[in-house]
Amino acid sequence: MNTDYLVAFLASTAGAATPLVLASTGELVAERSGVINLGLEGIMLVGAVAGFTVTLRTGSAGFGLAAAVVAGMAMALLFAVLVLTLQTNQVATGLALTLFGLGLSAFAGRDLVGQTVAPLPHLHLPVLSDVPFVGPLLFSFDAMVYVSLALVVLTGWMLARTRLGLLIRAVGEAPHSAHALGMPVVRLRYATVLAGGALAGLGGAYLSLALTPMWVEGMTAGRGWIALAQVVFATWKPRGLLLGAYLFGGVTVLQFHGQGLGVPIPSEFLSMLPYLATIAVLVVICRNPQTILLNKPVSLGQNFKAD
Amino acid sequence: MNDPQGRIEPRLRLLGISKIYPSVVANADVDLTVLPGEIHAVLGENGAGKSTLMKMIYGVVKPDAGEIMWEGRQVRIDSPSAARRLGIGMVFQHFALFETLTVAENIALALDEKTTPALLAPRIRAVSAQYGLPLDPDRRVHSMSVGERQRVEIVRCLLQSPRLLIMDEPTSVLTPDAVQTLFVSLRRLRDEGVSILYISHKLDEIQALCDRATVLRAGRVAGTANPREETAQSLAELMIGGDLPTCTLAPRAPGDVLLAIDGLDLPSDDPFGTALRGVSLDVCAGEIVGLAGISGNGQQELLKAISGERLAPGASAIRLLGRDCGREGAAARRRLGLGFVPEERLGRGAVPALSLADNALLTGYLNPAAGMTSSGVIRRGAVRAFAGAVIERFKVKCGGASSAAPSLSGGNLQKFIVGREIRLAPKVMVVAQPTWGVDVGAAMLIRQAIIDLRDAGVAVLVVSEELDELFMMCDRIAVLAKGRLSRAVPAHATSVDRIGRWMGGDFDDAASAPAATAHPEGVLHVPA
Amino acid sequence: MSRLEARPEPSRAMMLASPLIAAGLMLVSGSLLFLFLGQAPLHAFYVYFIQPLTSLYGIGELLLKATPLILCGVGLAIGFRANVHNIGADGQLTMGAVAAGCVALYFDGAQGPWLLPLMILAGAAGGAAWAAVPALLRTRFNTSEILVSLMLVYVAYLFLGYLVHGPVRDPAGYNFPQSKMFGDAALLPLLKDGLRVNAAFPLSLVAVAGAWFFCRHSFAGYRMQVSGMAPAAALYAGFSEPKNVWIAFLASGALAGVAGVGEVAGPLGQLQASVSPGYGFAAIIVAYVGRLHPVGVLLAALLMSLLYIGGETAQIELQLPSAITGLFQGLLLFYLLAADLFIHYRIKPRRVAVAPAAALPVAKEAA
Repeated sequence: MNTDYLVAFLASTAGAATPLVLASTGELVAERSGVINLGLEGIMLVGAVAGFTVTLRTGSAGFGLAAAVVAGMAMALLFAVLVLTLQTNQVATGLALTLFGLGLSAFAGRDLVGQTVAPLPHLHLPVLSDVPFVGPLLFSFDAMVYVSLALVVLTGWMLARTRLGLLIRAVGEAPHSAHALGMPVVRLRYATVLAGGALAGLGGAYLSLALTPMWVEGMTAGRGWIALAQVVFATWKPRGLLLGAYLFGGVTVLQFHGQGLGVPIPSEFLSMLPYLATIAVLVVICRNPQTILLNKPVSLGQNFKAD
Repeated sequence: MNDPQGRIEPRLRLLGISKIYPSVVANADVDLTVLPGEIHAVLGENGAGKSTLMKMIYGVVKPDAGEIMWEGRQVRIDSPSAARRLGIGMVFQHFALFETLTVAENIALALDEKTTPALLAPRIRAVSAQYGLPLDPDRRVHSMSVGERQRVEIVRCLLQSPRLLIMDEPTSVLTPDAVQTLFVSLRRLRDEGVSILYISHKLDEIQALCDRATVLRAGRVAGTANPREETAQSLAELMIGGDLPTCTLAPRAPGDVLLAIDGLDLPSDDPFGTALRGVSLDVCAGEIVGLAGISGNGQQELLKAISGERLAPGASAIRLLGRDCGREGAAARRRLGLGFVPEERLGRGAVPALSLADNALLTGYLNPAAGMTSSGVIRRGAVRAFAGAVIERFKVKCGGASSAAPSLSGGNLQKFIVGREIRLAPKVMVVAQPTWGVDVGAAMLIRQAIIDLRDAGVAVLVVSEELDELFMMCDRIAVLAKGRLSRAVPAHATSVDRIGRWMGGDFDDAASAPAATAHPEGVLHVPA
Repeated sequence: MSRLEARPEPSRAMMLASPLIAAGLMLVSGSLLFLFLGQAPLHAFYVYFIQPLTSLYGIGELLLKATPLILCGVGLAIGFRANVHNIGADGQLTMGAVAAGCVALYFDGAQGPWLLPLMILAGAAGGAAWAAVPALLRTRFNTSEILVSLMLVYVAYLFLGYLVHGPVRDPAGYNFPQSKMFGDAALLPLLKDGLRVNAAFPLSLVAVAGAWFFCRHSFAGYRMQVSGMAPAAALYAGFSEPKNVWIAFLASGALAGVAGVGEVAGPLGQLQASVSPGYGFAAIIVAYVGRLHPVGVLLAALLMSLLYIGGETAQIELQLPSAITGLFQGLLLFYLLAADLFIHYRIKPRRVAVAPAAALPVAKEAA
């Protein structure tokens, strides 16, 4: 195995991890405020198709990414109105959002199958990218990879050190107490859910604009669900998201390189690895009920209504 | 109304305040006047409308009718932050604290000024020390005792220099020593000119602390008084509109040990709960043993260990009728003859969305005589008959066996649950907070039913936060404090004072207490 | 301005009405969508929703497509009532199809009435076994059954893909990823010549009846219902939560597996790369729209089936994209969830006149 190959492997890991980093970061913030959004898969798909469509028509990936953010927020707004204002069940509504997103994205992308756009360009940072070995490895990704990493750091800092983070954590633990103290519980949850939708849409668009720059129906293949599992794996702390996403990215990429390496396992079984790995990871984390009790936001999944 | 201090502008006046909910009137036409530098009691039994009234003053709830006058001006209090801007602070009965955050973070959240926990820390240290309630700003709340958590609530209010402080049932979670500490702080505040609204149903405390009292009954003002000029009797009469009822307990020689807890060590399954250590207790046939203690000291954990909702580490830690059953579940223990009335009615003792008949099935299925199931199929006729019998025997006011559980008042639902368990003919009966939130008539019926069980030879364990209730009903009393259980002493051989000291955790006192009566004169808590 | 106010008791009228309201709203949205796509709304409405019902063949297709939805939906509803969320029904359907298909191919050429029942048993067992994994992981390791059952859907799809590309691929099939066609003895008998609806449909009706009896009259059904409504009460009463989880998953898994048999021993007649256009997921909607009640599930399945058929018809006749079916399905569930609001809440005008106090019941145990 030569270094070029290793570099390519690690680089493609980052690519595979980035949609997860984006979607799971957004979902983590929403869950810290007490809302679980099972519609991530649907939002990512809508973001993917929106980003692809706009990039195709305008030729600008920037507009495409912006469109994905808007589309993701629109989907999340639908969820938020139902759950936060109309008090519908969070699990059922999230499922409905996924199914709706599946249908909407298939519908919107029906004429796009087979078309391609230019993928997001890889950055060439002036000095850093030319450093041998480390340069191509660490400093030549496309911009979204770095954006996603920065977002994780930013989110961790926001939750732990800012007043906004304090409010989010309080609302996630005890929304009724927060309300009694005068905190705008519903408004905060709207904000976190919309932020989650924006990032999920962005994560979906990364799939259709960078990873495999085309549109295929259902192209997320369960990544939205895996993002949900990642939040649990990270025990609701942002720093754990990176580990989980890159682990998953590595496993995903393995299935392609496995075939190249002549591993005698049928490709379908290699493709199962990410899903089986997700299950394994969940079991490891959830086995000890104390881990979940100590870290899971207490009000997660429960609706809040001011009386 | 006479102002004893002359014509001083009242700090707060409520005129004709009413609040109506779809199924019940919480407050009707309430007038209230609080002067500056006065500790004003709001007195009433559970359900009289005290909490709702305070929520309206604090802006959590809006009145449907009436006016609020603050320092002579009419105001509308739209939200808690509006109340705070006026100078009103409130310490809730159930603390609005965030367990996973620090003291400073909690207080920072509750203040309206946008400040950081770091900036607040020195102010917290200063103010808390000044009023005799010292706090460490960097401690996480989950590691603090209930008394310490209340200090956080109080200091939070004090940091905003309130002119009116509302305290909702502040001493229900405090040991007698902590109560005295609190009173010192409150008197200091009063001397500085702060008004205090003190909500309670504990007459002796109100007599010791308060300058005036407004008595609420069933949502209306039943009268006002100066507590020090009234007797406990007259105040109680205002509160319940009649004589204090009493129960009688005929002496009885206890029989065999039917429930034995032996050296139970149980870690809490809640990271913020209390672990049980070396708990041992025997309950004999034909006796009522009372478990006193402030909630949060292990009661929940002990009750779950007895009922089978949690398994004990060893089978012999819990014995029912001589059989080891520490590792058996709730259904098995019922089959052995255990009946259990839990503290939570809707959600644990009964299922909210189901009818009374369907709720009878909840534990009724274990009684073979009732015949509610047959080969896995439900026999609806038998279920309805059972429920109907319970309703009739215990005078449950409802729309019949098919009425939904939440449509009953708290007292009637409790009567139904108690009646259901009694009708299963248990040999051991465990009851938690039997009359909490229950009106006086239902409370008497429930207590009498429990005493009747005891007279019929059932071993009864009652867990209650109301000491007077325990002294009224129990043969022996033990105290649960910080996860440890004291020995159980005969009720007539101990006193409220001694039990109060045990509740602080100190029950290894070697000196034998002088024999005291179970109902010391002048210390009368109205059953609530 | 009015606001939402909690009803003292849930409204029974709304419980029955809200699925109808949701269906109505969906139809209205559908008409608007047709307009947006440049179709005359009324004509498109007719082609989509009415025309399939006008011929015997159409009714046959309706029942055919409804069958897997009924089977899966009934099983899922039992679980949802107990707050056990089996989201992996499509995977269990797939594995049931795989199991039955393998039996059919193993006994290829056999005649005899024992083959079909064996296939059905195999399908039920395959689906139940696949569903046992999330049940086990939840009861032993507290893992979310939603995520585990979902992950296994993708694994099931891939496994089927592996089979039809390799071990069971028809050597005479021009390299298409599909198995040999099953022999006659391995195909479900048709209910009527000329229609494609087969014996699986009456089976699904039996499932509806069985589920109704289970939910209404069996003590196990009561235990599961209590578990879903008030877990603390279920624990208090000594009901075993693990037992409920197992019953929910094994039952819904087995039923989904049978649905899989209905597909491969029915209209498909072989194992293909995909045996389900997402029935397991559509069944989730069916379960909710049917109010988690077996008869409701039956009706909702018929409606959902109409959406599938209508989509196909509209694609052929009006060149409407087939993807609108998914859109309608999602919309239906959204409208249902929104309409359900009015079961527990009602709109109340802001100002309320204070009635004379004597006329109202006075507080005994108010907060």
